[in-house]
Amino acid sequence: MGLPRPEELISKVNLKKMPSRWWMDTLPVEFKPGFYCYGAKGKNLEYVNFPNARDFHVTDEDWRLPDDWKKIVIEGIKQRIERFRTFHVFMDICVRCGACADKCHFFIGTGDPKNMPVLRAELLRSVYRKYFTTGGKLFGRNGGARDLDINVLKELWYYFYQCTECRRCSLFCPYGIDTAEITIIARELLNLLGLNTDWISGPVANCYRTGNHLGIEPHTMKSTLEFMCNDIEDITGIKIDPPINKKGAEILFVTPSGDLFADPGIYNAMGYMMLFHEIGLDYTWSTFASEGGNFGFFTSMEMAKRLHTKIYEEAKRLKVKWIIGGECGHMWRVWHQYHNTWYGPVDFLEEPVSPITGTKFENAKSNKIVHISEFTADLIRHGVLKFDKSRNDNLIVTFHDSCNPSRGMGLFEEPRYIIKNVCNHFYEMPDETIREQTFCCGGGSGLNAGEIMELRMRGGFPRANAVRYVHEKFGVNTLANICAIDRATLPPLMDYWVPGVRVSGVTELVANAMIMKGEKERTMNLRMEPLPGKEEE
Amino acid sequence: MGIGLAFIIVLGLILFAYIGTDILGLNSLFAIVIPYAAVVVFVIGFIRRVIKWGKSPVPFRIPTTAGQQFSLPWIKYSKIDNPSTGFGVALRMFFEIFFFRSLFRNTKAEIMNGKLFVGSNKWLWIGALAFHYSFLIILIRHLRFFMLQTPWCISVIDSIDSFWQIGLPMIYMTDIIIGAALLYLLGRRIFNPQVKYISLPSDYFPLFLIIGIIATGVLMRYFAKVDVTAIKELTLGLAYLKPTVPEGIGSLFYIHLFLVSVLFAYFPFSKLMHMGGVFLSPTRNLANNNRMERHVNPWDYPVKHRHYEEYEDEFRDKMKKAGIPVEKE
Amino acid sequence: MYDGWKIILGLAVFVVIVTLPFTMSVGKDYVKPEPKIDTPEIQKMEKKQCIESKQYMRETHIKLLYSWKDYATREGKRVYIASDGKQYNVSLQNTCMKCHSNKEKFCDECHNYVNVKPYCWDCHIEPKVGGLK
Repeated sequence: MGLPRPEELISKVNLKKMPSRWWMDTLPVEFKPGFYCYGAKGKNLEYVNFPNARDFHVTDEDWRLPDDWKKIVIEGIKQRIERFRTFHVFMDICVRCGACADKCHFFIGTGDPKNMPVLRAELLRSVYRKYFTTGGKLFGRNGGARDLDINVLKELWYYFYQCTECRRCSLFCPYGIDTAEITIIARELLNLLGLNTDWISGPVANCYRTGNHLGIEPHTMKSTLEFMCNDIEDITGIKIDPPINKKGAEILFVTPSGDLFADPGIYNAMGYMMLFHEIGLDYTWSTFASEGGNFGFFTSMEMAKRLHTKIYEEAKRLKVKWIIGGECGHMWRVWHQYHNTWYGPVDFLEEPVSPITGTKFENAKSNKIVHISEFTADLIRHGVLKFDKSRNDNLIVTFHDSCNPSRGMGLFEEPRYIIKNVCNHFYEMPDETIREQTFCCGGGSGLNAGEIMELRMRGGFPRANAVRYVHEKFGVNTLANICAIDRATLPPLMDYWVPGVRVSGVTELVANAMIMKGEKERTMNLRMEPLPGKEEE
Repeated sequence: MGIGLAFIIVLGLILFAYIGTDILGLNSLFAIVIPYAAVVVFVIGFIRRVIKWGKSPVPFRIPTTAGQQFSLPWIKYSKIDNPSTGFGVALRMFFEIFFFRSLFRNTKAEIMNGKLFVGSNKWLWIGALAFHYSFLIILIRHLRFFMLQTPWCISVIDSIDSFWQIGLPMIYMTDIIIGAALLYLLGRRIFNPQVKYISLPSDYFPLFLIIGIIATGVLMRYFAKVDVTAIKELTLGLAYLKPTVPEGIGSLFYIHLFLVSVLFAYFPFSKLMHMGGVFLSPTRNLANNNRMERHVNPWDYPVKHRHYEEYEDEFRDKMKKAGIPVEKE
Repeated sequence: MYDGWKIILGLAVFVVIVTLPFTMSVGKDYVKPEPKIDTPEIQKMEKKQCIESKQYMRETHIKLLYSWKDYATREGKRVYIASDGKQYNVSLQNTCMKCHSNKEKFCDECHNYVNVKPYCWDCHIEPKVGGLK
């Protein structure tokens, strides 16, 4: 990776030493390799009609902006002030108490003061003051205000693409100021000028065209699922025929496309299919609604809505009754807090009722989408599933709460209940690092690009540090989670900070322990590794 | 940044009031005109600011959830930290506003020997509570200057505050507590490198201003002594809208009154508006129930999105070849 | 405005609280304290003069009395030398109250006005209405 050794990486971080120059005086910002994503490609921006589509190179002196870029940004701020009470209030009421400062994983991992949530927000707030407040207009710098110029714009870009919108700061803020919200809006402003990253704009364009971030076309999706089913047959002896675009199925199942593509997400996808097969669920995959995640959410509200709309459209077309969503982080933030507002009222679907247990999912009665963990926990509670927990006995498990389901939803007990029912060895990380206080994986909100590995390793340090603690204390070797981004970002993070800990989706653990009707004697887990006690066979 | 500037401005304000009253004798300006103007600016400015916020809609229901969600009936959920009902939200807001619940969670992160340590850190919470409640009690105590007959409840607060009966006039606990809290809040802006780095003149200014107010108040009560009866004649005159400027009030009082007026007038234009803003914070004042009850965005507009038909048109051949059902053969 | 009625209700509460100092007095008479110095003892005086100047006494009598308490009860010092050189007996009852025998019309007039409750009379015998003795 070209990174220094872990000890060296963090030893230079000093959270108490601030630069000698005041933050307004440190421009122009230095684009440090490993800290910024590559710029967006023109063709990807153009495909989804984003403004100022051109190949954007971050380190170029000239960003090739429209002549009236300043006006566009100021007008953009004005419009968002009038549209979002969050943004309006958050721009005005911060008292700079500093409670958020050391809550940000990027500040902890980099020691860069502009990664303190308060200062990240001040970068934009200073511009807001200059153009929208009396104090800022009158007193300028002394009023905490500054002109918007190209260097300020570059700084905004650099730091608002160093925030994973994890909301940990928001939890501690006495006024609930949410840096995620500020980042979302700052990125909207930057996208007015075509200032996106390749890692975000590429998946957005893919998702628009093929329905998923990875650009998996329908036939490929089918063969991928069938390939997984072959593996399932090898492992369990059970042949599963995955239903695809099946009209009239009871349930549409949507999960992030990451689960169809890479290890260890694919084991989770196998798990979903095994679970649904075992309970005889009448469901279908959709090749178009083949993405629950939404990188559009990392560019603008509008783009997010444009991408997510297809899910309900597909539900309508396939005439399903309701929807189950797989394990994913920001996908659930979008579904839980936004999608119903964007698309609703969702009156063409039925209020979700588990066809197996008869449980009514009261909490999803309006948007008609149930989380797979809610669904599975209910199954387990009703004793529908039989488990051989010893199949997971080689796993000493801890659970990483993903940011979005934690602070944008509150999904804490369901996955824990599931894990405890399918694993014998479960240990929690320290209280300050789990549940609502959970630390980010370091790669959320479109920051899981390879070129920012240093930033990711730094940002993921607080999470890794807590894993290392339980690794050393209890021998934890498995980091369970319910997020596709986690499944992509945590493996390199663990390899770097805590080698010997592997990453696993919760449903993978479920399917591994689940005793299926008519299965052969299992000797392998879903990864085709020997089960504990079966190593010699 | 800007600690010196803020300090000099407050000193200048003090000097201004001193010269205005003691040397120029503009007592009625400082006793009547400025206080009335300040109250008017405060009330109108506060309302205007809140209405301005109110005009911005809340397009999405995005509470920061700080506990287990309401989901399956057998899972105990956090009714206060992750409310699913309006009543739960009311409780959440109550604890937020009266007990600074979010600040109570505060932790401190430190890196030692390549390891991260996160521990509880309640000092800011204690300091903030001490400051705000002392300030509130001091304000309530001052009501005795604005009413002919002091109601028993205010007298009770007064006697509790001077419970220890130390000295004469008896020392108010809140005077000591607010002094300590202010020094703590100022101290962390000076000595905590992170907080120092983020501080602006507008962070130091209200601190120095309030320190000035407390200092002049304390001086008048315990040390310099003033003609309280004359002062009450003045304040009561203000309250009755029959302003008078009694003889024999020294400039120390006028400095105190002027600093208070500045605080009031400055309030609506500053970060002090967090007092009103905390009520309007959508991450705290909304129930986490958007899957149960649809939240409506008033400015929602239709967006261009890709329809299945376009998708199928692009991939129909491949779909058919793979045996995936299609709409149009 | 959005959430209008909630915001207006909140603002109404705000305005009610903030204007309390003005509204609480509506319709009530505005009375000024008028401490009386018409006791027989004072009438007898040629030059009507307290032990210190009037302004000093108005502002500082509390400190003076507090120090007198210490002089008399702790230090046994019974003589107070005023700023004009005259000597007085350090005694609330025999010096102050001799002239100001009208506690109700003199002390209480202002103390009630500004809502202070001196604890002098926790130890000293409170003068009866109409003067001591």
